[in-house]
Amino acid sequence: MKLLIKDARIISPADKLDQIADILIDGSKILKIGKNIKAGAPKIIDAANKIAVPGLIDMHVHLREPGREDKETVQSGTLAAAKGGVTSVLAMPNTDPAMDSAGNIKLLKDIIQKTANVNVFICGAITKERKGKELVDIAALKKSGALAISEDGNSVDDDNVMFSAFKAAKKAGVPVICHCEDLSLSAGGVINAGFYSTKLGLRGISRESEYKRVSRDINLAKKSGSHIHIAHVSSKESIELIAEAKKTGVNITAETAPHYFTLDESAVEGFDTNMKMNPPLRRKEDLLALRGALKEGIIDIIASDHAPHTENEKEIEFERAAFGVIGLETLLAVSYTELVKTKILDWPQLLMKLTVNPARVLGLKKGLVKEGEDADIAIVSPETEWVVEKEFFLSKSKNSPFINKKLFGLVEYTICKGSIVYSKG
Amino acid sequence: MVWTKKDLLGLEYLSREEIELILSTADSFKEVSTREIKKVPALRGKTVVNLFYEPSTRTRVSFEVAAKRLSADVINIATETSSVRKGETLIDTGKNIQALNADIIVMRHNCSGAAHMLARSLDISVVNGGDGWHEHPTQALLDIFTLKEKLGRIEGLNVSIVGDIAHSRVARSNIWGLTKLGGNVTVCAPKMLIPDGIEKMGVKITNNIESALKNADAVNVLRMQFERDEKDAFPKQLEYFREFGITKERLNKSAKKIIVMHPGPINRGIEMSSDVADGDNSVILEQVTNGIAVRMAVLFLVAQANERRKNETVD
Ligand SMILES: [Zn+2]
Repeated sequence: MKLLIKDARIISPADKLDQIADILIDGSKILKIGKNIKAGAPKIIDAANKIAVPGLIDMHVHLREPGREDKETVQSGTLAAAKGGVTSVLAMPNTDPAMDSAGNIKLLKDIIQKTANVNVFICGAITKERKGKELVDIAALKKSGALAISEDGNSVDDDNVMFSAFKAAKKAGVPVICHCEDLSLSAGGVINAGFYSTKLGLRGISRESEYKRVSRDINLAKKSGSHIHIAHVSSKESIELIAEAKKTGVNITAETAPHYFTLDESAVEGFDTNMKMNPPLRRKEDLLALRGALKEGIIDIIASDHAPHTENEKEIEFERAAFGVIGLETLLAVSYTELVKTKILDWPQLLMKLTVNPARVLGLKKGLVKEGEDADIAIVSPETEWVVEKEFFLSKSKNSPFINKKLFGLVEYTICKGSIVYSKG
Repeated sequence: MVWTKKDLLGLEYLSREEIELILSTADSFKEVSTREIKKVPALRGKTVVNLFYEPSTRTRVSFEVAAKRLSADVINIATETSSVRKGETLIDTGKNIQALNADIIVMRHNCSGAAHMLARSLDISVVNGGDGWHEHPTQALLDIFTLKEKLGRIEGLNVSIVGDIAHSRVARSNIWGLTKLGGNVTVCAPKMLIPDGIEKMGVKITNNIESALKNADAVNVLRMQFERDEKDAFPKQLEYFREFGITKERLNKSAKKIIVMHPGPINRGIEMSSDVADGDNSVILEQVTNGIAVRMAVLFLVAQANERRKNETVD
């Protein structure tokens, strides 16, 4: 089955490609890229004035299946991904059961095979049942297909357990994705500690609770020689620690999420629980530091930390509401609006963070639009202005902090392994 | 000036004019409580529901008396809360009360922002009777009303708030209200009870009671809650009294006669000595009396605004 994309501006930063041309897809692969391709393709997409980019790779996604299918499933989550131009996701292991054994990974793989609309890769847990005590068999998880390990949602408190995890991960050749939070400093907190927690009378989560743990994990990773990837960086001090580690040759990468470089703690005024996430929205100063770190390459990746929650868990008192927001469907548009329209990054730089770099961290041969490679492509109309509405989301949950926000950049088509998995229609 | 808000959620969200309107309305209601028949028909046929998720006899009774003096029907609902409540959500409870055709919900809740959430989900009026550590607007309004009654103005007055600032909704509401009306506010507490960035709310900070009293026209003394879980954050009770307790001796050092306020109930011998609580600086019982007039004003204004709003949408 052939598919022809006509007259798109193709941007594929891995090969420094930025030109207007056609893309001919045959089966799951890109057959040819060139001007005026004549082919008897049964399906032709007119992409004039649109851009064709590598399908996004979101390496921080909570699909909630198995266990919390009321919040999201592999099916609904990957429909949402496709709508956002995301063709590959890394599913976080805090499911029920957790992804702590080859058997559980097999279970999820079966679900993925039957119901996924885009590529779903799996992240294994670090400890059994994510209890922070007993290390999982990392080699076995890797063998059954886990691309990384993470305790996301939790941080492993025990230094020895964490150090063993880094050593085993190094041996197995998988990165360790760290959710950095020192619970002894953050327990009971619901928003960033500071003026707004004071003003609103809410218990605070200090920046220290994040960067103290970033510091510990970097030290352990350094000693073990393992690849450490810091998830959802939110504070200025964490950025400084990561920059320093990069300078001294630690094998370290880091990600942040669009809400952290778009919204600051003041968004919590009015007690909107869609502004409640962990780590919390920080100060303006941190937001600006994140933008700087994205520009300077200290932060390599933008991931959504897509964390769906039902209305029952969000439409309640702020202090009791669940932490987390959805983000797959707004990942590209928010990043484009906030970073490219503001001239902090250009398109190729943005796409490095949304495609090439996550592919590298996960060891995927993806994130490029190139002859012979997988046809994972998003077609975007960059200057289309739109307003995020609750009804827009295909995710089962609607807990977006960007509802009512005006954005630029709308995904028109998403193609995954040669099939159109989303079209705006 | 016409009051247009359906709800009263906090003093942060009010303008100076709106606060003054509540105070002047309270002034006109105060006289009702001195009549032989202490009732006006302002809210006749209206239903006020006191929805209390946290026990507070004082505030609840004050709202109940206020509503009854306006001829409203009053229903009291006291709901015990555990940290994680199973079953009906707050919004469901609110919608049920609304479905009973109640007109106003007065809510006390242990979570900051709970009144906001309820107000957003309902068409009927919500009056915040205290939410978590956030705001307690009617308490602050009655404090300000009492001050104004005693000293004739708020503009330029020096008011010190002493005690657990970090966990006090009374402190936050007082700070918003007093500063909006041109008062100078100083907060005084042990260091660990002064929360981050409070100076950005427009107040001065001191950890020394003498300097808090030095130029004060009034001192608002908060209730210390030694039963809190964060035991280590609190100095021992006697130590607290020694360092921060309001005594006759400390008051006498001031050139002015300092008005002493307290939202009650007082821990005698901890926040202040008994001779201060019962002495002629104290306006604590007048605060209680004024609380009724202020709450009458609030109930009256929100009900009226909502009535107007409904009529407008019908047109
Ligand atoms: Zn996390």
